[in-house]
Amino acid sequence: MSIDQNTAAKVAKLARIKVEEDALPALASEFNTILGFIEQLNEVDVEGVEPMVSVTPMRLKRRDDVVTDGDQQDKVLSNAPDAREGFFAVPKVVE
Amino acid sequence: MLDLTYETPKIKTIAGAKHDWELVIGMEVHAQVSSNAKLFSGASTRFGAEPNSNVAFVDAAMPGMLPVINEYCVEQAVRTGLGLKAEINLVSAFDRKNYFYPDLPQGYQISQLYHPIVGEGEVLVELGDGTARKVRIERIHMEQDAGKSIHDMDPNMSFVDLNRTGVCLMEIVSRPDIRGPEEAAAYIAKLRQIMRYLGTCDGNMQNGNLRADVNVSICLPGAYEKYMETQDFSHLGTRCEIKNMNSMRFIQQAIEVEARRQIAIVEGGGEVEQETRLYDPDKGETRSMRSKEEAHDYRYFPDPDLMPLEIEQAWVDDIAKALPELPDEKKARFISDFGLSDYDASVLTADVESAGYFEAVAEGRDGKLAANWVINELFGRLKKEDHDITESPVSPAQLGGIIELITKGDISGKIAKDLFEIVYTEGGEPSEIVEKRGMKQVTDTGAIETAVDEVIAANPAQVEKAKANPKLAGWFVGQVMKATGGKANPKAVNQIVAAKLGL
Repeated sequence: MSIDQNTAAKVAKLARIKVEEDALPALASEFNTILGFIEQLNEVDVEGVEPMVSVTPMRLKRRDDVVTDGDQQDKVLSNAPDAREGFFAVPKVVE
Repeated sequence: MLDLTYETPKIKTIAGAKHDWELVIGMEVHAQVSSNAKLFSGASTRFGAEPNSNVAFVDAAMPGMLPVINEYCVEQAVRTGLGLKAEINLVSAFDRKNYFYPDLPQGYQISQLYHPIVGEGEVLVELGDGTARKVRIERIHMEQDAGKSIHDMDPNMSFVDLNRTGVCLMEIVSRPDIRGPEEAAAYIAKLRQIMRYLGTCDGNMQNGNLRADVNVSICLPGAYEKYMETQDFSHLGTRCEIKNMNSMRFIQQAIEVEARRQIAIVEGGGEVEQETRLYDPDKGETRSMRSKEEAHDYRYFPDPDLMPLEIEQAWVDDIAKALPELPDEKKARFISDFGLSDYDASVLTADVESAGYFEAVAEGRDGKLAANWVINELFGRLKKEDHDITESPVSPAQLGGIIELITKGDISGKIAKDLFEIVYTEGGEPSEIVEKRGMKQVTDTGAIETAVDEVIAANPAQVEKAKANPKLAGWFVGQVMKATGGKANPKAVNQIVAAKLGL
């Protein structure tokens, strides 16, 4: 797999990271180095091996259906750059 | 148990300028699980709370917060799967669907793309004209709902409320087996009915607790059959997805409008572009949500915060055992046990409360008579005052009492309606009311004979006419009923009049 400048620009846009045009070649090249490094894993024969999802085998922890949290509007909004009447206020987004 | 069999419905076609076109529709229905707390946090799901008051730090995506799954939500997804006769996957897993939007603080939605909890199932969708479509379910997965953005409170700002963020949704994905706007509405109605029976989703479309994305494409007659044979989608047209519909009426309108748009494109020599569209009910058109296209590269990957969800077969079996009787089974049983018509059985099983009410009335009584009274008198009366069955001032025992009085011959059908009105408005025990107010039907033949004799004696001319033309005996019956204030048993009056006139 090879990442060209266009792909690098698209990934940056999807991640909402601003990358200047002249920085794209270097970024694409870095992506390729990383992917190339990881692609070495493809050389390992994993035929019949179950994918490992955790280092320690443990069951997904469950919770009862009880309300134990919330009621903290002020704390939830305390880091918001702008909050009004209990809402987060953000620059207008309309479809 | 009686198995209900139906004809397959005729496929609706839309006439284009050159051809008749068929519709192919698949739906993704989002149903909010009726739980107290959210899918991965302990915040409440209550609708209509103060903005941002039902928010845990997990929902607000504060750094370091970790999701812990609500087991009840898992149970409801399994229960819904069983209700749709679907395969339950004992191992499922959660993935992140990445996109940016102000009402999604995590920057991703936790969903189940690769390993959903429920696999293939099916739903029988009745269309009310004796036909029904079997719609295949592809999968059901669990996912988080997003928050709510309000755009009309300020000219320059959008306001965001995270109360809904993280509430558990079940996404029910159908195969493209729905063939017209009416079928689409009937499909949602059936899912809603089943989930309300199961208690897994309240089905409130107005509050957005049940909403749908509708995939619409068009094809020429014969193409769909080829798809069904091969499951090869290339036989079908390119589909467009109409997003986020929460009204049955708008869903039907949108499908029709979108199909006509696609027909015009194809017949004009163009090609339909696969895209996401929005229905505008004011303008009666769908329009492209191009802004979303680019962002729809979701870069799914397994959520590293959550282990795979493993459930045990024994747990699933316990849920299966506790499943209530479902609409199809209940309807079949009402038809076979109480001798009801398909239509009456459908009306009575439309919701679980009505079905329960009817059964309490019919138990040990005449089922057909009970159905007539529940549907015609009770439902009619309730509708007049915009009440639903749970608000009925007449209890099943009271209505049952009225029906018993009719069956015993104590009151006539006409008097029964008066009695029903009294019980509805004033309450009371039907047999006591009948006793106290002298509404009982006169079945004492001696009393009826006296009344008949009196009418005959007073009308000799009519007697002569009736002897020549037996049809006129009805006039005497009417006179006797009038004389007895409608309380004489009509059958007895008929017999005695006929006998006395020598007919």
